Amino acid sequence: MTSWKNLQNLLAETGYVASNDLATAIHIAITIGRPLLLEGAAGVGKTEVARALSTIRDTRLIRLQCYEGLDASQAIYEWNYQRQLLSIRAAAEAGETGSTVEARIFSEDYLLERPLLKAIRQTKSPVLLIDEIDRADEEFEAYLLEVLSEFQITIPELGTIRATTKPLVILTANGTRDLSDALRRRCIYAHIDYPDRETELAILKSRQPEIEIQLGQQIIGFVQKLRKEELEKNPGIAEMLDFAAALSGLGIKDLTADPGMLQASLATLLKTQSDRLSVPIEVTARIAGKAA
Amino acid sequence: MSKVTRFTSADPGSAARISGFIAHLRLHGFQIGVAETKTALLALSCVNPIVPTEACLALKSVCAGSSEEAAQFDLLFQSFWMSEGRVRHKTVPIQRTGPSKNTRSSRTDDGQSTTGNGTVHASEDENDSEESYADGTGKLMASTVHNLMKKDLREIVTPEDICASEKVAIQLGNALRNRRSRRRKAARKGSSIDLRRTMRLSLSTGGEPLLLAWIRKPDRPMKIVALCDVSGSMMNYARPFLAFLVGLMRADDASDAYLFHTRLVRITNALRDNDPLRALNRITLLADGFGGGSKIGANLKQFSNSYARNFVDGRSVVFILSDGYDSESSEVLGPALSKIKQRGCKIVWLNPLKGWRGYEPVAKGMAAAMPYLDAFVAANTLTDLANLDRTLERL
Repeated sequence: MTSWKNLQNLLAETGYVASNDLATAIHIAITIGRPLLLEGAAGVGKTEVARALSTIRDTRLIRLQCYEGLDASQAIYEWNYQRQLLSIRAAAEAGETGSTVEARIFSEDYLLERPLLKAIRQTKSPVLLIDEIDRADEEFEAYLLEVLSEFQITIPELGTIRATTKPLVILTANGTRDLSDALRRRCIYAHIDYPDRETELAILKSRQPEIEIQLGQQIIGFVQKLRKEELEKNPGIAEMLDFAAALSGLGIKDLTADPGMLQASLATLLKTQSDRLSVPIEVTARIAGKAA
Repeated sequence: MSKVTRFTSADPGSAARISGFIAHLRLHGFQIGVAETKTALLALSCVNPIVPTEACLALKSVCAGSSEEAAQFDLLFQSFWMSEGRVRHKTVPIQRTGPSKNTRSSRTDDGQSTTGNGTVHASEDENDSEESYADGTGKLMASTVHNLMKKDLREIVTPEDICASEKVAIQLGNALRNRRSRRRKAARKGSSIDLRRTMRLSLSTGGEPLLLAWIRKPDRPMKIVALCDVSGSMMNYARPFLAFLVGLMRADDASDAYLFHTRLVRITNALRDNDPLRALNRITLLADGFGGGSKIGANLKQFSNSYARNFVDGRSVVFILSDGYDSESSEVLGPALSKIKQRGCKIVWLNPLKGWRGYEPVAKGMAAAMPYLDAFVAANTLTDLANLDRTLERL
């Protein structure tokens, strides 16, 4: 009935199982036109939300991956300097005057669009994913605030470019550093946690329908138990799906059947040396036995 | 599910109730402003607000801003809107009570101060504003181990100390100043060419880039945030440490200083006083309870939730000057440090006891803190502090 339930169903059709919290937050963000900030551990499907939304809305997904030192020339726009230089040389040989050359080399043809500029110039409102915003430094965060509140970008040589359509902005963070309160306040917030048993089963079913129900339950039980062990890096949903794919690729029908094989397939779940060492074959067999 | 709260007939309406709820959240430490009230109302219009669960989800997405707040939210929502059908008379909460006891007690110092009335008044104002930040948990704790014995800091620290420590602080500041930024800035000489400006310059030479403009990665200053333990067990070391704090403040404009014993007090503004001795006088007024018990964990937790959010970032080095003897359980210390660490800073613990032969960080507090420290060094005297620059260069 209510539209956030619709949204939840639509997301489920694309293969993304969203919790009530998340679905409401996305719905509100879309309706009142605010950016959506998603936080949660690595591998719980933050980036996937943006992908699913762009599929539902049938628009482009424009992605900006953040890193330390990210600056305007990589996030917003850059002039194509090589082309400009060539053009000036050509003009000099053809005997063109200064002002026409200048008008030409600072025109749109010589502008390289980067994600933020690209996102506000689409004819159909795109999904703009600003991934791992906490990796960028504070200067960029401050600049982003300005772009996100005004949706316009000023290029000195061209003038101010206003948004033709307002993109749906999704920011993700996984706690490399705390975000500023100012940024948090402007966003609709949703925290994504590791899913519970039923939700994760639903995810597995929608992503890999070929896996039998009994094995599926074993896999989920196993992964959920593994998350309770004291690991450096807990396996996320993506890892769980890899694990399931590996098992079906190896032709395993029952987790408890072949401990050696199971141990080998743990390569998809445990990604650090110390985690591999802390889960020896006996522990694996024990967890698998409990999960069955 | 518990029953929905009933409101009196004199209640001004739904918008006022929401603003009452926002105020209720603010009282519980949520950092939300006036704009959120509007957003919250907008958000409610997107869902079916008659259904409590939907209203809760909608308000949560607007008001909560971090995972802790999100976890706390459901309970707060229950307590405001679902209080068993009890009648809520006022949707807007009453003002907080006036200045805390501690404020008043430091005023009794007025007679003792000799450096003229101007200072005393100034520090009183200071005190009020600082107190309003520091109350809450601080007040409750103070009742048990709060030590009202007054120590005049001017007896502990001499002007010569301050002079010497200023030099040390400058030296440390210089050791820290070598952090390379990852951004590029225009510079006279640089490592790579600034194409944008070179293009501009080449226009005047007909497209020949004769004049090159350069960019390079500049050095960024690190700033020091110092938290000094002034509990009873630290009294013997107060002299070098306090002198160091005063010196630090005078040497470096970006640094920040706090004292803690049973409460946490920000002393940055007081220490910025031009006259170093008057500065000490001001912090004597601020920090009464000097030489009492220490609650390292609780204070650091409070720090991480309040000041750290504004003053600590990836370019900070947090100095903790303490012996690690916590009079409370050490369980809060680890999480508090981890939270501070999450802001991207470096944490250096200066422990006067470490200089002792055979010292092991076995005090529970110290043991809990070890995993989060970037450096753990001995510091008994100013000379020790001066030798820190090696450690800092390596950070």
